[in-house]
Amino acid sequence: MEADEATSTSEVPEEFRPRIVAYCCNYCAYAAADLAGSMRLSYPPDVKVIRLPCSGKVEISYLLKALEEGADGVMVAGCMEGDCHFMEGNFRAKRKVRHAKRLLEEIGFDSQRLEMFNLSSAMAGRFAEIILEMTERIKKLGPTPLRKGVKD
Amino acid sequence: MIVGDRKPMDEILEMLEPYENILILGCGTCVTVCLSGGEREAAILAGQLRIWGKKEGKNLNIMEHTIQRQCEKEWVDEMRGHVEKADVVLSLACGVGVQLVAEMYEEKAIYPGLNTTFMGYPVVHGTWLENCRGCGNCVLAHTGGVCPITRCAKSLLNGPCGGSQDGKCEISKDTECAWQVIYERLKKKDQLDWMNSYQPPRDWSTAGDGGPRKSVKIEEVID
Repeated sequence: MEADEATSTSEVPEEFRPRIVAYCCNYCAYAAADLAGSMRLSYPPDVKVIRLPCSGKVEISYLLKALEEGADGVMVAGCMEGDCHFMEGNFRAKRKVRHAKRLLEEIGFDSQRLEMFNLSSAMAGRFAEIILEMTERIKKLGPTPLRKGVKD
Repeated sequence: MIVGDRKPMDEILEMLEPYENILILGCGTCVTVCLSGGEREAAILAGQLRIWGKKEGKNLNIMEHTIQRQCEKEWVDEMRGHVEKADVVLSLACGVGVQLVAEMYEEKAIYPGLNTTFMGYPVVHGTWLENCRGCGNCVLAHTGGVCPITRCAKSLLNGPCGGSQDGKCEISKDTECAWQVIYERLKKKDQLDWMNSYQPPRDWSTAGDGGPRKSVKIEEVID
């Protein structure tokens, strides 16, 4: 797997723009993304936001599906710990992301391509920062090894 | 319910190695409730295998399907179309389901995706405890509804033994002494006199050491 990743990195096109799928909670990250837009904050454009009623709604199979279909990175963004609209949905999301990372590791896939973040609906700046953080991480890892032969 | 745990990935990959068209077959009853082999787990395992296949440059066709019960012929028969499209079926049912699927599709490679572990219930969400061995001669009436055959490491009928310390079994500090639990339970039921009654050696002939056991409901058998 490491060899695969290394090969992919060496083949990184000059302007590699990581495709990131972000599963966002309606009550925090999604609203923060909206606010970031209103505030004209800029962040890498290749993030595809998917709105969830709560980060706890995310299923491990959704995370795997996004990676399987060629996302370079996948993130889940939920409310600050202790502030979940549904009490503990973000903790459920945290456990699911942790388990999904284990599932990826057992098949030799770099689990750094998946991450969980916490923020509030007022944190537009943080949202932009998170997207940038994730984009930078994925840039270092290079394109997903699963996109071979997949058309853009 | 029957509880199972997914087999280690290395073992699954080794079983599936020669095949390209793979059907992950979930079961909608016990293993769904114990979160190890239902529709959700079938989707997760299928996702893992697809990612693995793409990463390794293999041309795998991973299909997933879940039926209500893999331990009944009517249900297993209904998925014939799905089975025929596959080279191999990885069943996420308990051992009973895997065996029935294997019996009904004798020509097909049928492999188990789970290790069937025990019969039990969840003590807290995500943790299951073994409660019944299916020994065929239930003693729960005398033990406050706590099974010493299953939950006592020695399956004692006249416990506790000297290894009971502070309510725990000597085999592990995490294991409750079944006879301590029985004592507390009988006390609450005001049936502590049961503790003083001697239970003679039991008849173990029902417990399954004489080959597979059979249960016949004569009124239901159609001649």
